[in-house]
Amino acid sequence: MANVKLNPLEVVFWLCTLLPFVLAPSYLSLASQIAITALFALSLDLILGYAGIVSLGHAAFFGVGAYVAGLIAKHYWTEPISALLLSGLAAGILGYALSHIVVRFRHLALIMLTMGFGLLLAEAANSASDITGGADGLQGFRVPGVLGFGFDMFGRTAYAYSLALLFLCFLVCRRIIHSPFGLALRGIRENATRMPAIGAPNLAHLRKAYTMAAMFAGLAGAALTHTTSTVSLEVLSFGRSADVLVILILGGAGRLYGGIIGAIIYMVARDQFSGVNPQYWYFWIGLLLVTVVMLLPNGVLGGLSALHKKRQ
Amino acid sequence: MLSTKNVNKKFGSLVVAEDINLSLPRGVRYALIGPNGAGKTTLINLITGMVAPDSGEILLGDENITHLQPHRRVRRGLARTFQINSLFPHLSALESVTLSVLEREGHAHNWWRALPSFSAATDEAASILTSLNLQKNLNRETRELAYGQQRLLEIALALATRPRVLLLDEPAAGVPKGESAELFAAVEGLSSELTVLFIEHDMEVVFRFASRILVMVGGRILVEGPPQEIARDARVREVYLGTAHAA
Repeated sequence: MANVKLNPLEVVFWLCTLLPFVLAPSYLSLASQIAITALFALSLDLILGYAGIVSLGHAAFFGVGAYVAGLIAKHYWTEPISALLLSGLAAGILGYALSHIVVRFRHLALIMLTMGFGLLLAEAANSASDITGGADGLQGFRVPGVLGFGFDMFGRTAYAYSLALLFLCFLVCRRIIHSPFGLALRGIRENATRMPAIGAPNLAHLRKAYTMAAMFAGLAGAALTHTTSTVSLEVLSFGRSADVLVILILGGAGRLYGGIIGAIIYMVARDQFSGVNPQYWYFWIGLLLVTVVMLLPNGVLGGLSALHKKRQ
Repeated sequence: MLSTKNVNKKFGSLVVAEDINLSLPRGVRYALIGPNGAGKTTLINLITGMVAPDSGEILLGDENITHLQPHRRVRRGLARTFQINSLFPHLSALESVTLSVLEREGHAHNWWRALPSFSAATDEAASILTSLNLQKNLNRETRELAYGQQRLLEIALALATRPRVLLLDEPAAGVPKGESAELFAAVEGLSSELTVLFIEHDMEVVFRFASRILVMVGGRILVEGPPQEIARDARVREVYLGTAHAA
């Protein structure tokens, strides 16, 4: 049975996430983006890694969270915590609504379906420019800070906010994974056909997981809005859905930390490659992905885990 | 305990179940035999809801379960195993059976409490696995278990649902003869309240463990009765041995 307490290695890992404050203060904005992307990847891991739901439209929930947070800040209030929760709730409601359709499908049909929902929502946001700002994005608001700490130009508060959110959501996801419900999700991933034969309501379990994942994605989107004080259509784009899938596969799906490790590698590599070669940096990203997938088909953490088992 | 009334099923023009009328009383050990393609597994699929009948009714006790989803039938006390292992390869034996117990108890929806706080479920799972001689393999991943142990785990998963009726689809398929007797001895030791229907091809095992036998041919129940009667039945001998021997 799983150990539910953080082990020493995990404690060290989370302590290391504080290092950018000291060692790389000029990269705190990037670190904030990484923490938000990691949370987004973590939300995808909940459905892909643990429940076997492949999604190419997960940005729909990230985008809804981002837009709801933006609309609240622009039209109502700029206090971020309540807006964050409402944004997560809005994404969760959308996730619950879509889950009734999504969980009935598997494999290629599921990929097409989730991609379709993502594209639909992106185009709906584009056409509803009166509300969303359309292609120009949602602008003209500024979230001053959180809990009395102002968002500064160096990204110190932004990173603290994003990291705290990531850590809290991680703890919740960890608890979910190590709960009876988490075991049921692993059961579905392992053998969806057998589950009803032990009395499991597969569809209800999957609907719940999908709703939770949508909520976490919405929280990530809202955090992006709060830390950047802008929302562009890109938050709903197919590219964002594809990126987060790549990040999760890169890090290792079904391992909780896979999305976080993948986000660190992908975002740092993207930052560095785009600095070294501004025009053709995607070439190097592609090369990195091909190399990692060929050498470590189960992602970085999957490879490390296999190595560890081999040594044992 | 379990009964069917005029259950029919066709796949295209192929009749796989025709006017199936069964009545399995409480505590009886039934063997379901018949040649390959007779429709034995399909009958289990129909009873458990994995395949919907074209017509007819399936009753568990007094309740009509014909249109219930498979997992709801399990919760009412109808469990099954599979002819080809259908397990959770990367879960340990203990995790697999604990999951089955948690589903039965309605705890599997709980996402806010950690698994170790459900020690009663874990203890029960360990006890079921021990009763099937799997106590040395509690924490081994299912995929690492020997084939015979995986067959026992199939039964353990079903038992953890606390069934009133247990349907075993060739539980000893692929298990060496010596081990299959051991496996059926474990089945024999189950509660006398439990109704068991098992599909089996080994007649020695069938006649040793079944108190009644159902013979199925071409999607129909050919005959049903106690083992001695079935052994004497000319129609059964014809099906298994051919016309010359039946005469």
